[in-house]
Amino acid sequence: MSAADVPLWAALPAALLLICGGLLTLVGSLGLLRLDSFFARIHAPTMGGTLGAGCVLLASMLVSTALAQRPVIHELLITLFILITAPVTTMLLMRAAILRSKE
Amino acid sequence: MNVILPFAVNFALTCFALAMLCALIRLLRGPAAQDRILALDTLYINGMLTILMLGIGFGSAIYFDIALLIALFGFVGSTAMAKFLLRGEVIEP
Amino acid sequence: MKRPPVVPLLPVVLLIVWLLLNDSLSLGHVLLGVAFALFVSAAVRRLRPLPALPHRIHVAIGLCWRVFLDIVRSNIGVGRVILGAAQRQPTIGFLKIPLDLRDPHGLAMLSIIVTGTPGTVWSGHDPTTNVLTLHVLDLQDEDAWIHTIKDRYERPLMEIFE
Repeated sequence: MSAADVPLWAALPAALLLICGGLLTLVGSLGLLRLDSFFARIHAPTMGGTLGAGCVLLASMLVSTALAQRPVIHELLITLFILITAPVTTMLLMRAAILRSKE
Repeated sequence: MNVILPFAVNFALTCFALAMLCALIRLLRGPAAQDRILALDTLYINGMLTILMLGIGFGSAIYFDIALLIALFGFVGSTAMAKFLLRGEVIEP
Repeated sequence: MKRPPVVPLLPVVLLIVWLLLNDSLSLGHVLLGVAFALFVSAAVRRLRPLPALPHRIHVAIGLCWRVFLDIVRSNIGVGRVILGAAQRQPTIGFLKIPLDLRDPHGLAMLSIIVTGTPGTVWSGHDPTTNVLTLHVLDLQDEDAWIHTIKDRYERPLMEIFE
């Protein structure tokens, strides 16, 4: 069982989601390089962290459901975890940066 | 037998590799400590997505647990470092 | 005023997490998950003396959908800013927004929504004056941002948690 055995009804949307997720994450990380101040850069990885990760995890759910031939939704756990925890790190970093830029 | 999903997996793997390269350059270059922490945070999210992508490509369920562990430990690590920048101490008495 | 029945949130969420983690719905896992959920929620009760009491679930579902749409929209916006960064660096800026929401769980949800949406980061909250400091990547129209935060997110959260 591998990626080539997935039936077409799952492979087509999964492929679309994977391409979207990959491009979003790439653009988000590119922002780390192209934006010129830290306060602008902090917004860029959020793209990969929310919609990029969401697309990839949805595709993973589709593929594993099609391969196991029963609903497999435990990737929801990672989605929820990322959605809740990524903002916490960003907020802490933001406050640290504000504190350090005042000194 | 279709080729569209393996193609998409390879495409996304390339995207994630490039994204990790961007984060790595920022990690090495970043002028301030918060830049490096932000880059490290991005690096671990991209790494987790890469692991998930390998799981899709090989059709195996084992990669899910690895991705979950990377997500857990990456969050703990980035938060500890951000807290250290903020307060000068990770675990306060 | 008659209030709808309130579901204890933490044990239910813990049970769902346990079942998802084991990826099964067999009787043994359900029983083990119920025992685990009850034990953990009893153990953390002294850490969190204030239980979350969300009501009006339909408002919450509407809010989730709206947040999803906003995440998609602002992803496109931030992507455009990043790809066009060679011509024009974005105008970043801080924004002060007075809030009416007082419930700590509502404020936590608002902070996660605001920070999870690309382009805005929650960067401070003064508990005495209840003023939120927001950092915006592409600050063009201040009133539009204040309107977005207050009408789209704060009012549903006040309905849910207060």
